[in-house]
Amino acid sequence: MSVKEAEVLEHGTSLAHPAHEEILGEQFETLEQQNNAYLIGMWAFIVQEVLFLGAIFAAYGIYRLKYLHEFTLAHKELDWVVGGINTLVLLASSYTMARAVRAAMQNKHGRQILYLGFTLFFAGIFMFNKYIEYSKKYEHHLIPGWGYDAHAIVEHGEKKKILEPLPDGNYKIKLETEKTVTPEEFKQRTQLFLGFYFILTGLHGLHVLVGMIAIGVLMVRAYIDYKKRKPVADYMPVEMVGLYWHFVDIVWIFIYPLLYLIGR
Amino acid sequence: MATQTIAHGEQQRVNYLNWKTTVASWLFTYDHKRIGILYLVSITIFFLLGGIAAALIRMELATPKGDLLTSDVYNKMFTIHGVLMIFFFLVPSIPAVFGNFVLPMMIGARDVAFPRLNLLSWYFFMVGALLATIALVKGGIDTGWTFYTPYSSSFAKGEVSLAIVGVFLAGFSSIFTGINFLVTIHKMRAPGMTWFRLPLFVWAMYATSLIQVLGTPVVAITLLLVAVERSLRIGIFDPNLGGDPILYQHLFWFYSHPAVYIMILPGMGVISEVISAFSKKRVFGYHFVAFASLAIAIIGFLVWGHHMFSTGQSIYASILFSFLTFLVAIPSAIKTFNWMATIWKGRVHWEAPMIYALGFMGLFVIGGLTGLYLAAMATNVHLTDTYFIVAHFHYVMVGGAIMAYLAALHFWWPKMTGRMYPQSWAKLSALLVFVGFNLTFFPQFILGYMGMPRRYHSYPEEWAALNLLSSAGASVLGIGYLLPAIYLVWSLKYGRVVTERNPWGARGLEWELVDTPPDPHNFERTPIVTRPAYDYGHPEEPTGIIPKPRPVVVGGKDG
Amino acid sequence: MAEHTAHHTEGHEHHVVPIRVYTWTLIGLLILLIVTVAAGFIPMPVWLGTVVALAIAAFKTSLVMAFFMHVKFSGKLVWLFAAAGFFWLVIMIIFAYADYITRPWEPVPGF
Repeated sequence: MSVKEAEVLEHGTSLAHPAHEEILGEQFETLEQQNNAYLIGMWAFIVQEVLFLGAIFAAYGIYRLKYLHEFTLAHKELDWVVGGINTLVLLASSYTMARAVRAAMQNKHGRQILYLGFTLFFAGIFMFNKYIEYSKKYEHHLIPGWGYDAHAIVEHGEKKKILEPLPDGNYKIKLETEKTVTPEEFKQRTQLFLGFYFILTGLHGLHVLVGMIAIGVLMVRAYIDYKKRKPVADYMPVEMVGLYWHFVDIVWIFIYPLLYLIGR
Repeated sequence: MATQTIAHGEQQRVNYLNWKTTVASWLFTYDHKRIGILYLVSITIFFLLGGIAAALIRMELATPKGDLLTSDVYNKMFTIHGVLMIFFFLVPSIPAVFGNFVLPMMIGARDVAFPRLNLLSWYFFMVGALLATIALVKGGIDTGWTFYTPYSSSFAKGEVSLAIVGVFLAGFSSIFTGINFLVTIHKMRAPGMTWFRLPLFVWAMYATSLIQVLGTPVVAITLLLVAVERSLRIGIFDPNLGGDPILYQHLFWFYSHPAVYIMILPGMGVISEVISAFSKKRVFGYHFVAFASLAIAIIGFLVWGHHMFSTGQSIYASILFSFLTFLVAIPSAIKTFNWMATIWKGRVHWEAPMIYALGFMGLFVIGGLTGLYLAAMATNVHLTDTYFIVAHFHYVMVGGAIMAYLAALHFWWPKMTGRMYPQSWAKLSALLVFVGFNLTFFPQFILGYMGMPRRYHSYPEEWAALNLLSSAGASVLGIGYLLPAIYLVWSLKYGRVVTERNPWGARGLEWELVDTPPDPHNFERTPIVTRPAYDYGHPEEPTGIIPKPRPVVVGGKDG
Repeated sequence: MAEHTAHHTEGHEHHVVPIRVYTWTLIGLLILLIVTVAAGFIPMPVWLGTVVALAIAAFKTSLVMAFFMHVKFSGKLVWLFAAAGFFWLVIMIIFAYADYITRPWEPVPGF
């Protein structure tokens, strides 16, 4: 490349607009570069999240193949209505989050706080429902490693005529195919299902909780920006939390059918 | 920056080492160069600890009887050695030390994209390392570095959960570093620094970061599942409770095989830099070497099943994994041949980094070729869990990765510290490492072929001679590793002061445009890159230039 | 749309999307939610039920990613990163399942 081209290139790297200065990190040349870096960084973080949580889905799938009968019975203990309401709530929260990001991009602080508030509200409903679900599991002694007991699953299975106790004490499970298991095996494998349920929804819930904290911080930030009447606020934090929030939503989009629904 | 420009010509120029000197200025620094030094100091400690464990292992194995260590202590000792060396030395070694130190300079950036995340990842590393060290010392664990279930679950002794938390945190440190470098390479390149002008070290770091981001989360969650299994007694991996231990190995090796490439790929990047700098020649087949890095990273993900040929893995899956394992040899061979072609008809300068780099090539070739024996399913069954495996991966990881690490250390040491170490001592230590390494590990190939299993503290008499040879070699190797520690530290105070930017006459922004030691902001202003990397054919043309300041900019931004 | 404060770049453009895009996305997601619940109750073979559920979930995911997460309005690099995670997860699942699915074909268990 000639020096002339280099000159052109130099002028290509325009320095920050004065109004951008206080939100521009020292290591960046332009706000555009900074925003792009944060955007790609967030996506890279989501990539690692996909693999992090995806590996549990992969393990769950392998055991579901292996213990289809036991898993199908155990999954009927999950309340698909509450799960459905939670899906609804999370989808709605994703919508309000998208609107909050839009407001942030337009520098409309009031609207941004409003939509972040909606998102937080929906997230609260989600967590409340989770609490109801978890406490029900506790009542039925379905928490792995915590006085776990498969009696509730056996009873419900008998009622639905899927499970039949044999005279020798074993259980016969009747789905498309039949399978006979000992009570001990039945206990272990249904416990394994509930283990996956608690690991997946627990880690997901943890992500929701982190997201709620982040949204709270964003609301405070937006309020401060609003008070200061900042001409150009940095919308990237909102956009990044938005991406994170939508990703948490996507995780639930997979948890709901795979754990609550299939084989109903 | 204006004040620094004034101080530029003076003797006590402001640099990243002396512009602030308090302890807090180091512990809370966002400067990628200082964070690199933090990593350098911390991993040296773990290298020393892991090395002491290795020394004890070799002392035990010097005689056939299990007399020095009981079998239980021996198990704990090789676990300490493996966990510390892999998770707390090799994985962060070149990426975290030299990736941090030189990568932003190589691409003409002031810093990495996320300096605070960079510091955070060092803290994650330190806390993880602390927890793991506590677990290893207090009670110890005997699972081996792989944490295989059920050794780590139903039959576990000691503080497995604590060690797992430590490795988990170190894993996230590695993920954060990977994310940071990916974004840095994508978004922080100086104007004119196109993808095919990047130094090959940057390409290697890009491939490494991909593995870190795509692979590490899987091992993190797998270890978390082991911890859950241990605390709740649910059978995720425990066959007694309905689990499948082979699933653990699938998930573990999905990361841990590519992790081998986390260790060796940056090393290959270093070798490309060093070979080219000391042959005064552009790396032969630049594009091939660059894409070979990516190919190794990608194919390397698809070969993990070769660690499981002798488990209950389906033979059909094994065939697939075996075939793909042979494929991964191709890009590695491309690199090796291209380095050789780079030296060919180059003006070779026999400085210490070059000796280390040549040592790397010799040892890596042996390590790589013996890998093919292990990729073949039939020989694999015979050689699994013998000293052949031990020798093979030490040739790659110690002979390869640590040789490259030392080459990098000697190559960039003057840039990092502004001091030169004594060349003759450095060359001697390179030679000692090479000879000592071969004495230690070549006998282990023979032992393994004869069937000596790994992970036992005693063995039959007929293997005594070769084992003694191996232990003797280990002491030579140990001296070879201790020497650099001594003369490098010595050079900090007594070494020749280096003030010129480019003591080796190498190409690259970090040599041509960055002061020695570097300015806190690396460059006066963001450079403009005008030449491809390694342009040794045009010595009069600089790789990049610092543009003249535009009047509006100065003072407005830095004043 | 008047609020197109767009400067085109490699990675991302500052793109304010019309509200109706979000609204239609939400409506689409809710319809798919109903479909996936309904599919759960329609009697069908296990493998088919799983495939249908996964297909609907994948479709919902692509809606969320394309519109809520702005992948559709972003540059190639974002698209690449967005796809990479899922692609790599699928690779992992295929290779791990290659073992589990072919185990029963072996002449002797653990051959």
